[in-house]
Amino acid sequence: MGSTLVEKVFSDRCRTDVRAGEVVMAPIDAAMIHDITGPLAIRTFREMGGERVCDPSRVVMLFDHQVPADSIAAAEIQAFMRGFAREQGIRNYDLREGVCHQVVLEKGHAAPGEIVIGSDSHTCMYGAVGAFATGVGSTDMGFALRFGALYFRVPETIRATVDGAFPARVGPKDLILSIVGDIGADGATYRAVEFGGEAVSGMALSGRMTLCNMAIEMGAKVGIVPPDEQTWAYLKGRRPGITPFELASDPDATFAETRRYDAASLEPQVAVPHNVDHVVPVSKVIGTHVDQVFIGSCTNGRFEDLAEAAEVLGDREFSKDVRVIVIPASREEYLKALRAGLIERFVEAGALVEAPCCGPCMGGAFGLIAPGEVSLSTSNRNFRGRQGSTEGLVYLSSAATAAATAMAGTIADPREV
Amino acid sequence: MTHQLEKESIRTVTLQAFPRVWKFGDDIDTDAIIPGRFLTINDPAELAKHAFEGTRGEFAQSVLPGDVVVGGRNFGMGSSREHAPLALKGAGIRFVVAESFARIFYRNAVNVGLLPLTTRSTADFKDGAEVSVDLAAQTVTIDGRPYPVEPVPAFLQRIADAGGLVEYARTITEVDLCSTGSQ
Repeated sequence: MGSTLVEKVFSDRCRTDVRAGEVVMAPIDAAMIHDITGPLAIRTFREMGGERVCDPSRVVMLFDHQVPADSIAAAEIQAFMRGFAREQGIRNYDLREGVCHQVVLEKGHAAPGEIVIGSDSHTCMYGAVGAFATGVGSTDMGFALRFGALYFRVPETIRATVDGAFPARVGPKDLILSIVGDIGADGATYRAVEFGGEAVSGMALSGRMTLCNMAIEMGAKVGIVPPDEQTWAYLKGRRPGITPFELASDPDATFAETRRYDAASLEPQVAVPHNVDHVVPVSKVIGTHVDQVFIGSCTNGRFEDLAEAAEVLGDREFSKDVRVIVIPASREEYLKALRAGLIERFVEAGALVEAPCCGPCMGGAFGLIAPGEVSLSTSNRNFRGRQGSTEGLVYLSSAATAAATAMAGTIADPREV
Repeated sequence: MTHQLEKESIRTVTLQAFPRVWKFGDDIDTDAIIPGRFLTINDPAELAKHAFEGTRGEFAQSVLPGDVVVGGRNFGMGSSREHAPLALKGAGIRFVVAESFARIFYRNAVNVGLLPLTTRSTADFKDGAEVSVDLAAQTVTIDGRPYPVEPVPAFLQRIADAGGLVEYARTITEVDLCSTGSQ
């Protein structure tokens, strides 16, 4: 009987044949901590008797949720973590590079066949390069810092095959919203979701990151795409010396479920308040008033997303009745957008462009909404209170739909502006 | 100087005579349990003051140590923030009973010593009902009627038995790398 991609990762790392359902103590190739969940991880590491981190070269620290520090409490947390990084010899990107998940991939900290954890639920995004990556809590992270390993229950895999090519102004975000709507908020709990098919193999890494990022919104442990030429090309220069190898599920592997989707028949999708799996075609919510539009986040803050928004915008302006906030996901993505003239265009059109960070998605820093206000966002969660008041409403969409909405002042179809 | 972030306040709690059910629905997310703006707080007792703030404000005001939180499907979905189970623990909650749990919350709860118990249906578990949990018998009793609950999987049971992952980790000096065992 063949193995799934995820079973192969665990079998390789554990040097024994392991199958879905088995529990293994697996070595960790990389571990990421940030300013929100890092302090508790450090505390539990200490409480476990930790003095020296098991392997500091495998730990990545950065700050992205509340940067630059938006309160004395946040400043204190960041100072505390800097001290720990210095003491332990941990690589700390501090607030310089951007949103954690984008930075981990850009800096080559995740690669095919590796096991990576982060104390953030959207760590599942690193499956975009063929790594097994999953979000853990702070105490699990403290354990991994202490011992360099962690318990995992090897997950079963749901295979999602996506045929066809996307129509104009429809893309990966619309696809993943539609998949989350189909599978449901807990439909993939404890499972891996493996994405494949011609729409995925033709998709740039940026889009694969969008897909894998939102696997957690179905409860999945990881979203994963088998590495191909594009993956190895992305890693070249980011992970010096890496050599391509085959890593894919066997044809006779056992899948928990297989599902097929068709990119060609997809319309722009919108998740409506207050759950990510409440997904409708944009036509159902056209004309809904919005007060704020946020284009950014680990889900859709890359150059490709900003370019998509700029293409919809053209030489026009955003509505003066909407607060438009644009935040590139990282310094690298910011520079690409800057050099391509996108940032200038957004500023001319009336947007606020902020430095790379989580921004309004965090719901505790800035860009919060008041009771009764409506936000449309390219981020990944629309839970009640996620972006400020629990009496506010959050809709989720692609960058193209967000740009069209920001121009109209009401939810709009990017194909019709 | 010991940094305040490294300390956790320990409260001695006296369990009340008649613990009550706090009933919630399906898909309770960790943003609802503890909103993002409180995540600079790391002390369970302080976090407890903001538990369910904005979605069910009376919880923090009226919860008593020993009360039981009851959810429907997919309790604790969303963020990996351990502040969520810590806020409940800080409020004196020892058990959360639900039809199913989101993966990260489930594991975080066991790790911090808050026990997640799964039961087939919580439809009959009314808000405010008198509740007791018997771990040995694997039952939760609501208004005098016992319902079976599933214990945590075997590999988490030893962590739960130790009182959490920190306590478990203190008993070992190294891990048995790549040890396997079926669930």
